[in-house]
Amino acid sequence: MACATLVVITAGALVTSNDAGLSVPDWPTSFGYLVKVPHFVGGVRYEWSHRMLAGTVVSLTLAIAIWTLLVEKRRWLRWLAIGAFCTVIAQAILGGLTVLLFQPPAISTAHATVAQTFFCIAVAIALFTGRKWVEEQPQVEFDRRRPTLSTLTWLSIFVLYVQLVLGGMFRHHGMSWWPHVLNAGIVTFVLSWTAVRAMSVYSKIDAVRRPAIIMLSLLITQLCLGFTAFLTRVAWGRSSVQPELPMVAATVAHVAIGALLLATTVVLAIQVWRHVPVAVEERVPQAQQDVSAA
Amino acid sequence: MNKKNSLKILVGTIALSGLLLTAACNKNTEQSSNSMAEKQAAPAPAATPIDPSTVATVKGSVKFDGTAPKPSKIDMSQDPACKGSNESENVVVSSGDLANVFVYVKDGLGNRTFDVPKDAVVLDQSGCKYHPHVLGVMTGQTVQIKNDDQTTHNIHPTPKDNREWNESQPPSSPAIEKNFAREEIMLPVKCNQHPWMKMYVSVVKNPFYAVTDKSGKYEIKGLPPGDYTIAFVHEKLGEQDQKVTVAAKETKNVDQNFKAAGE
Repeated sequence: MACATLVVITAGALVTSNDAGLSVPDWPTSFGYLVKVPHFVGGVRYEWSHRMLAGTVVSLTLAIAIWTLLVEKRRWLRWLAIGAFCTVIAQAILGGLTVLLFQPPAISTAHATVAQTFFCIAVAIALFTGRKWVEEQPQVEFDRRRPTLSTLTWLSIFVLYVQLVLGGMFRHHGMSWWPHVLNAGIVTFVLSWTAVRAMSVYSKIDAVRRPAIIMLSLLITQLCLGFTAFLTRVAWGRSSVQPELPMVAATVAHVAIGALLLATTVVLAIQVWRHVPVAVEERVPQAQQDVSAA
Repeated sequence: MNKKNSLKILVGTIALSGLLLTAACNKNTEQSSNSMAEKQAAPAPAATPIDPSTVATVKGSVKFDGTAPKPSKIDMSQDPACKGSNESENVVVSSGDLANVFVYVKDGLGNRTFDVPKDAVVLDQSGCKYHPHVLGVMTGQTVQIKNDDQTTHNIHPTPKDNREWNESQPPSSPAIEKNFAREEIMLPVKCNQHPWMKMYVSVVKNPFYAVTDKSGKYEIKGLPPGDYTIAFVHEKLGEQDQKVTVAAKETKNVDQNFKAAGE
């Protein structure tokens, strides 16, 4: 389901990059039909494929939700499966509103943001249902540093969400490019801090070290892709009469790697929560401390 | 949470999404009835009479100073039905003459009202290109949109002051007829199936407008004598205004120059 979701996110990025979002004017039908293949040319190729792939993910999510409810013993995981289904339905409705309301920037950005939220949920479900998670005895090391690694991972997720909203608003013509570029600096700082802390202090815990290395690699890739997307779309492609291959390739890759980066950060946060719990110092009343000292 | 409750929640979510889907399907029907209501709007007030024996003409040419940008070649390979060659029309200059400038009387007509022409203006889609690239129309006047291509287009105006719509038009289908209720200059129209297809509709309340041809020339006839502001609007080069006074039966030459961006 997680892999299928990444494919749908990439297909959605292709729709936006090719300015094909409204090439099929109706919704939930496509040219009056639910599944009939239309004349497969121009922007229709991207928009129709995106809709069909998204439909497949909705069906997959429903199947997984039902399966989880019937088989899974962990109550919180059953709730997560229901949450995944509710999120994918909300996402489909946002996609429909984007078409029917002619792509208002706020709704199109919400559609992009909820897509990545759903991707993170799908990755989390894959993680929680994996054999390793179920069978392993967690290697625990208490975190006494401040800010804690857990705080840093949650801060990383927060700045990535802000970046996602700013990028979406820019892409859907609701905002200038500079807030997204400015926040890229903050994202780089926070994620580097998080990754370096995880790799240096908890290098013995594989479950923490590995996602931290992947996160840092994806961050570097994402920065390069962001720079390329800026050059091809903003600096050189401002007066292009049609979407050109370099700008489409750079922006679509930027969206896909962005989704992977967010999901990896979520995995890191989950693994830190499991393996590096925060050490809470026991508070002893002053009177008791004095007695024991005497 | 027991399994029965979980299943109930899931079934509830599916039912709710079904309801929302049905509501979305009904939206299109509501939209069509809204547009029917627009067509049945109150009739416009009677036109202010103009003495035909006194009317003047404003004409001239629009030039481009500097080096004109080379038109970009458009790659139409993504749709085999888009035949022939095509190039960008955002700045069309030939021997210094600037085409596709919308020229209209912006100010000076006071509270005069004008009859809406009964004849429709035609916007044609042929060779995956709009003809014309810039179209002038009066508020309430019918725009007839034709598709001469063997492919489906979607016509999607993105106005600031008028109602936005987006309709697809398969090959050999009847013309789509639309009108614009409010004045709006250089209203962009695009096709999301063929992202290079762009044109502009300028909607004005008076019949005194023209679009420069390939030789940069325009002519506005039937203007009552008076003091006017003539606006020259180009999609990329912006707007320039000129104050003009025309006497009865006068033919006045009003030329305008545009400079390349950054010069």
